Amino acid sequence: MSIEVSMKVNGKPVSAEVEPRTLLVQYLREHLGLTGTHVGCDTSQCGCCNIHLNGESIKSCTIFAIQCQGQDVLTIEGLAEEDGTLHPMQQAFWEHHGLQCGFCTPGMVMVACDIARRLPDADEKTIRHELEGNICRCTGYQHIVEAIESGIKAMNARG
Amino acid sequence: MEAFTEKFGIGQPVRRKEDQRLLIGGGVYTDDINIEGQVHLAFLRAPYAHARINHIDTTAAAQAPGVLAVFTGRDLEKDGVGRVESNINLKQLDGTPIFKTQRLALPTDKVRFAGEPVAMVVAETAFQAADAVELIIFDADQLPAVVTARAAGAQGAAVLHDELPDNCALHWQNDTPDAYDAVAAKAHKIVSIALTNNRVVPVPMEPKCCIAEMNPGTGRLTIYAPFQGGRRVQGAVADLLFDGERDKVRHVSDNTGGGFGTRSKIYPEIIAVCYAAKSLGRTVKWLGDRSETFVSDLHGRDQVNSAQLAFDADGKILGYRLETLVNIGAWVTENGARLAIDGGGRIVGGAYDIPVLYYSCRNMMTNTVSTDTYRGAGRPEANYIVERLMEKAAHELGIDPQELRRRNFIKTFPYTTQMGMKVDCGDFAACMDMALANSDWAGFGPRAARSQAGGKLRGIGLASFLEGAGGRPEETMRVQIQEDGSVNIICGTFSHGQGHGTVYSQIVSEKMGVPFTAIDLIQGDTDTAPAGASGTYGSRSSQMGGVAIIRACDIIIEKGKVIASHLLQADTAEVTFEAGTFSARGGSVTMAEVAKAAHDTRRLPDGLQPGLDETYHYTRDGGRDDQSFPNGCHICEVEVDPETGAVEMLAYSAADDCGTVLNPLIVHGQVHGGVAQGIGQALCEHTVYDEETGQLLTGSFMDYGMPRAHHLSHMAAEFNPIPSTNNELGVKGAGEAGCCGAPPAFVNAVLDALSSLGVKHLDMPLTPNNIWRAIHQAKAEGETH
Ligand code: FES
Ligand code: FES
Repeated sequence: MSIEVSMKVNGKPVSAEVEPRTLLVQYLREHLGLTGTHVGCDTSQCGCCNIHLNGESIKSCTIFAIQCQGQDVLTIEGLAEEDGTLHPMQQAFWEHHGLQCGFCTPGMVMVACDIARRLPDADEKTIRHELEGNICRCTGYQHIVEAIESGIKAMNARG
Repeated sequence: MEAFTEKFGIGQPVRRKEDQRLLIGGGVYTDDINIEGQVHLAFLRAPYAHARINHIDTTAAAQAPGVLAVFTGRDLEKDGVGRVESNINLKQLDGTPIFKTQRLALPTDKVRFAGEPVAMVVAETAFQAADAVELIIFDADQLPAVVTARAAGAQGAAVLHDELPDNCALHWQNDTPDAYDAVAAKAHKIVSIALTNNRVVPVPMEPKCCIAEMNPGTGRLTIYAPFQGGRRVQGAVADLLFDGERDKVRHVSDNTGGGFGTRSKIYPEIIAVCYAAKSLGRTVKWLGDRSETFVSDLHGRDQVNSAQLAFDADGKILGYRLETLVNIGAWVTENGARLAIDGGGRIVGGAYDIPVLYYSCRNMMTNTVSTDTYRGAGRPEANYIVERLMEKAAHELGIDPQELRRRNFIKTFPYTTQMGMKVDCGDFAACMDMALANSDWAGFGPRAARSQAGGKLRGIGLASFLEGAGGRPEETMRVQIQEDGSVNIICGTFSHGQGHGTVYSQIVSEKMGVPFTAIDLIQGDTDTAPAGASGTYGSRSSQMGGVAIIRACDIIIEKGKVIASHLLQADTAEVTFEAGTFSARGGSVTMAEVAKAAHDTRRLPDGLQPGLDETYHYTRDGGRDDQSFPNGCHICEVEVDPETGAVEMLAYSAADDCGTVLNPLIVHGQVHGGVAQGIGQALCEHTVYDEETGQLLTGSFMDYGMPRAHHLSHMAAEFNPIPSTNNELGVKGAGEAGCCGAPPAFVNAVLDALSSLGVKHLDMPLTPNNIWRAIHQAKAEGETH
C-alpha cells in the first residue's frame, strides 16, 4: 500500500508516493534525493538526521513522513543562499574547522542554527549541553563548539 | 607569488578545500549513491554466540514477494568462493607458527559470535529483503560460549576451533624471562600492576554500507564502500571471487564518514555482497544499520595486563616485565593478533629507557567479534600500562611522579628499543615542561581547595607517551601538471576526514609555487590510483604520501628546467627554480608557461617526452623498523562528586611533538579527535558481552557510552615540534597521539582526586557506578583496618 505525502521542502512544494512506514529521513533521501541529511543510528541518538520542521530542529529519523503532511521542512541543502553564499553557521564551521569526515556535519549545522535561534547568548557550556543529541566521532567537538559560538555571533549581527 | 605560499604554504592554518561541499550537504557517502536497476540485500545474523549449524531453511524466504535469491555459506562453498586468511607470520618462542583461521564469508559449520552473518536475501526493495530475512529458519545446536580472554584460557572453556583446544592462537614472547628475573633479583624495589584495557567499538559515524555493481558485459565489478584505501579491498575481492584478476575489480569511494582503522579491513559482508552481485549479474546494495555495525565492525583494545617494573635505589628502571592477554575474538583477522606485539610492542616501554624487557602476549580466541586496528592500534594500550605503572611506582618509591619520569626518559638518540625499533629524536622532558606550564600545574593547590569547599574532589593527572607511526614503508603518488598550469595529485591514500586535499595542496603549492586553488586531489578510485599505492592508516599519509609528492615534484622541476632552458635559450645547468619561476640569463618563465610548452611538442627540446606528469614510488630507507615517533605529554584536570561518583573533566593540556606541523588547524583537529576517543575509552565507552549467552549487551547508542560534547572540556593543544629524521618533511604523524595520552592522564587525575579516600586502583571506564563502588570499597577496607 502506498500513500501520497506532500509537504514543502526548502521552500518548494514536493510530493511522493510512499509506504506508510516511510520515515521523514527516508522520504527526503530516497524519494526526493536530498542526501545531505544523514542516518547515523537506529535509536534516535546521533543527530546526523537533524532538519528543521516548521522552524524547529527535529530528528528526521524519529517521525514518519506522513506526519509531516502539508508542513514546512528545511534541510541542509536549503540553508545556503541561492547563489551559493554559505549561511553564517556554515561559514563558521568552515572557518573553525568544525568538520572532519563531514558525516555528522549537516545535523550539527541544523542544530546549531536552532541553538542560535533559541539561545542567542549561549556560552561554551550551554552549547556543549545543547549538543547532547548529536554525536561526532572525529572532531572531539572542540572546533564544533567554537564554530557554533562564532556562528551565533554572526547570526546575531545579521539580525 | 610570495603572497599565496605565505598564506597557503607548509605550516599555515589553511581552511580546508574539501569543506564547502560537505557543508551544503553535497558530500557523497556510500548510501547516497543509487544506481539504476539496483536491488537490495539484507543479512540474517546468528542469534547465538556459539552454535553448530544443522540446517538453514530458505524455502519460505525464497518465495517471499520481490525476492530474487537467498544465499547461504553452502552456495559460496559450491561456487568456490575463497576464504580469508590472515597474513600474520609471528611465531611462538619455540618456532610454532600462529594458528590461522580460514574464514568463509558466511560460515557453514558453526557460528562463533552473535551477529555473525549466516545467510542473505536479495530482493527488489530493502523492505522486501528485510521482511524475507525473517522467514529464514536457522536450525542450530547452541554451544556454551566464552567471551573474555581470561575465561577462554580456563580449564574446560568452550573451544571455538576444534584444531585449537586451548583457544590460544599465539603465545608470543620476546625472549625467555631469564634476563628480567636476573635484574629483578637484584632490584631495590619491584612495582606491579594489574589492569584492563577495555574493549571499545570504533564507531565511524557512517554505518557500514556496500554497493557492488556488476557489469555483465565486461564482467567487471565496481565496489562502492567506505574504505581507507581501495587497493586492499580490490585485492581481496579479486583473490576471493575473481581468481586474483585485479582488473576485474574496481573500488570507488567519494566521501567516507570516518575510518579509525576499522574501515581499513576486509569484511565478510563486503565479500558476500560482491558474491551476490556477481552471481546475479546485478547491482546489489546493502546498508548495514547502526545495530549491525555494532555487532559486526571489528572492535578495538580488549587486553588484560599484568606488569612489573624493577627499580634500582635511585629510581632508575632496571627491567620491565609485561604479560598481556588479548581477546582477539572469533577469527584470526588481518592485524588482531599482531596489535599488541607489532603495534604496542614498538613502543612497549613508552617514553622510558628500558634496559631489559620480558614481554609475553597470549592472543585468545573468544565468541566475540574480532578485535583489530582501532586508532592507535596497540600503542594506547602500551602507553596506558606503563604510565599507570610509573605513577604507582612513584608513590611506592616515594619519588615525585614527574621526577621519576624525568630520571627514566629516553634522552640519547637514536635510541634502539628492546624490540629493535630506532627512536630517532624527541625531547620528552621539554614536552612535559610545556604541558606543566600550560596546565598551571603549580597553581593546582588553590583550585583543589576551592573544589573541596564545594564538596568536590579535584585531581590532576599527567601522562607522557611515545607513539610509533608510519605503517607500510612504501607509497606511490602521481603529480600531473596540466596544460593550463593547474595540478592534479593522483593518489591511493584516502582522506576520510584528515583533509589530505588541503595538506597535499599546501605541499605542492610551496614546492612548485602553484596557487593553492589550482591544485586538485584525485583519490578514492582504484582505476586512477597509481600502482604501488597503499592507503591511509597508521598516521602515514603525510609522511609517506607527502614525501612521495615532494619527490615527484622534484622530478617535474628537473624536467621543467630542461624545458625552461630551451625557452630561455640557456643551458639547463644555468636554470634556477624558485617560487614557481624558472630563471636563467636574466630571463624567466613561470611554471604555467613551462607546463604549456611541455604539452606542445613543437616547443619541446629534442628527445623530451611531452607532459609534466610524474609518478614516484617512495620506499622509506629504513623499511618497517624506521618509523616516526610522535610523542608528548598530556595533563588532565577533573572533579569527582564523592556522593555520586560522577567525574567532570575540567581542563586538558596537550603538548605534542608530532614533528613538522603542516597545517596547525588540521593537526589541532586530529589531536582533539584522538583525545576525545581516549577520554571516551577512559570515561564511558565499554563493550559488554553477556558472559552466559555471549550476546552483545552494548549494541546501540542507548547502551554504549559515546563521548558527547558535554563530557569533554576545552582542550589546549600546543606543539613542541622536533622534525622527524626519517622523512624530508620532518612529519611524525598526528592522528593517533591523542588517544595514547588521554586514558592514562584522565585515570591518573581521577586517582589523584580519590587519593584522600584511600582509592588506589581503578579500571576503565570510570563510570559513576565504578567510581562509587571503589569509594565505598575503600571506605569498607579502611574501617576493617
Ligand atoms: S539517525 Fe536520527 S538520530 Fe541517529
Ligand atoms: S566530522 Fe566525522 S563524525 Fe563529525
